[in-house]
Amino acid sequence: MTTLRIKNVKKVYPNGAEAVKGVSVDVEDGELVVFVGPSGCGKSTLLRMVAGLESVTEGEIELAGRVVNDLEPADRNIAMVFQNYALYPHMSVRKNLAYGLRNRKTPQNEIDARVNEAADLLQIAEFLDRKPSQLSGGQRQRVAMGRAIVRHPAIFLFDEPLSNLDAKLRNQMRLEIKKLQRRLETAAIYVTHDQVEAMTLADRIVVLNGGQIEQVGTPAEIYANPATTFVASFIGAPPMNMLEANVTGDALEIEGQSLPFPRSHRGPVRMGLRPERMQINGSDAGLNAEITVLEDLGATRLIHARLGNQEVVLSQDADLPVPSDGKISIAFRPDDVHLFDRDSGRRIDA
Amino acid sequence: MEKSQFQNPWFPYLLLLPQMGIIAVFFLWPAAEAIKSSFYLEDPFFGNATFVGLDNYRDALSASDYKRTAWFTAIFTVLVSVLSLALGLMLAVSADRVLRGQSTYKTLLMWVYAIAPPVAGLIGVMLFDQHIGPLVDFVAIFGWEMRVGVNYWDTGLAMIIVSTWKQVPYCFIFFLSGLQSIPTSVKEAAKVDCRSETRRFWSITFPLLAPTTFFLMILNITYAMFETFGTIDLIVKDQPGNSPVTLVYKVYRDGFRGNDLGGSSAQSVILMIIVLLLTIVQFRLIEKRVHYN
Ligand SMILES: Nc1ncnc2c1ncn2[C@@H]1O[C@H](COP(=O)(O)OP(=O)(O)OP(=O)(O)O)[C@@H](O)[C@H]1O
Ligand SMILES: [Mg+2]
Repeated sequence: MTTLRIKNVKKVYPNGAEAVKGVSVDVEDGELVVFVGPSGCGKSTLLRMVAGLESVTEGEIELAGRVVNDLEPADRNIAMVFQNYALYPHMSVRKNLAYGLRNRKTPQNEIDARVNEAADLLQIAEFLDRKPSQLSGGQRQRVAMGRAIVRHPAIFLFDEPLSNLDAKLRNQMRLEIKKLQRRLETAAIYVTHDQVEAMTLADRIVVLNGGQIEQVGTPAEIYANPATTFVASFIGAPPMNMLEANVTGDALEIEGQSLPFPRSHRGPVRMGLRPERMQINGSDAGLNAEITVLEDLGATRLIHARLGNQEVVLSQDADLPVPSDGKISIAFRPDDVHLFDRDSGRRIDA
Repeated sequence: MEKSQFQNPWFPYLLLLPQMGIIAVFFLWPAAEAIKSSFYLEDPFFGNATFVGLDNYRDALSASDYKRTAWFTAIFTVLVSVLSLALGLMLAVSADRVLRGQSTYKTLLMWVYAIAPPVAGLIGVMLFDQHIGPLVDFVAIFGWEMRVGVNYWDTGLAMIIVSTWKQVPYCFIFFLSGLQSIPTSVKEAAKVDCRSETRRFWSITFPLLAPTTFFLMILNITYAMFETFGTIDLIVKDQPGNSPVTLVYKVYRDGFRGNDLGGSSAQSVILMIIVLLLTIVQFRLIEKRVHYN
């Protein structure tokens, strides 16, 4: 079953800004879908339209089988977790959790049961009588999630819920959100601009750019087969190398060097190569390049090199040796090469 | 931060001296004089005074027109404070809906605040003028012949309306900035949690404005009791006798018109005590005031 259907949705703000330009996505039951994209790509706008906090200019939003375009947020059976927590500062944690239920005339014993259940699940039981100002950032984030959980919504909507936390806590909470969502088996949309968060959390990723969908797929699909140069360089860290090259049918020509490359496509292309899929070759069989900078990241080492007039980055195990004269030959498997059209940026599979 | 130390320990006191001098000359001295003369019966023409103990207080408190004035002051203060708060809040809420993030309009609305108080008072008084006052003409349509300066409650009503009218912009500005400092995401979270806008207002917005409301309430009480002197003076000018006045105005009238310096001093000492109490309450409230972050 499908929990949420977003059908050809567009959003034009009153000032004329076209934030979402016709997007269609489905969220299946129990699925965690991540909207990812650079700042200003319209992901918050899309999420807020699902929540009912922004009007839908065109298209339809269907939640649990009914069109909700004209429903108030409170009538949509959604729960939202905001970036800055948005807790009610004058209410205790308990009241924060209960507020939504009380307004829906839920019986008191039911409210108590749900609040206690959520508090146990999130380990915030001991803070129930505190005010939000007496909590740490991580604890506030838990309360914000508790407030979403007690509603038993059809779908959770997260708008960058972890971006106010420090890196360590962010990783920990990310894992917890995933576990929690699995356990509750409730569908969720999670908005982030952080591709690592997207890759680790998502059942499916929707990559947005300039108000449009670039690609929808599982993290593995998107990593293995990016549909456009935008997706290719957005997903993965460090980003995929993009090189101007020419394919001739049986060879790859780049910066005057040529390698055997059996693909049917011919002509000038943009060639994508992930830094972690390139190695320094002992022999001279690969692409010859010259090291410019080395970056040690502990376990791995980033090797920046010049290949003719173009820059490439390799990522390899920090233990592996690097030639002292700085001259390297780069090897890679032909299967790891992604070809893209130079004009449209679309993937070429031929 | 680094604390700078003065070489001479008396130097800071020297720097404070001018301010202290001003306070002493314009505040402490008159206050002391008032307390002193409240125990004397003074002859205004020849300047000799007889010590009468608490007689002035007894006379002041037992006079029937003192009670009447005290009652009027209480009613006046409550109405002016509450009405200014309520109207200011109503206007601020409507403005806030339109203004979200549009600071140009906000600046325009602030201008109201820049009108000099005496000018505002004079305009207000003109509204109730017997001959050219549009409000008098307006209520006349309903058969109410409003006679400000003659009829006790007509005059009182005019005072309440003009005083409120002058205080509303003040409340408005504070409420508006209070409303605008409520984070948008808190309002949105409330929208998801609660359908009824009225309910949202009373359960989220209004409690978040509580510090502002407390602050304005104290401010309004002080205003209504002590700072409406000018307005009242404009309204009752040359209309002696039956007009309602506040306690502060009565002090002035008894002392400077009625030449009862002792009685008027006793009344001002009573007012000083009220101010003292108000100040204590205010500090208590500010201490307790919840700080939201
Ligand atoms: N209320 C608004 N009025 C006009 N334009 C807006 C409004 N809100 C957002 N926009 C514009 O719509 C576009 C998409 O905004 P949106 O907030 O959805 O971006 P986002 O993908 O969430 O970015 P971020 O990662 O920075 O949060 C942006 O260009 C933004 O300037
Ligand atoms: Mg956003």
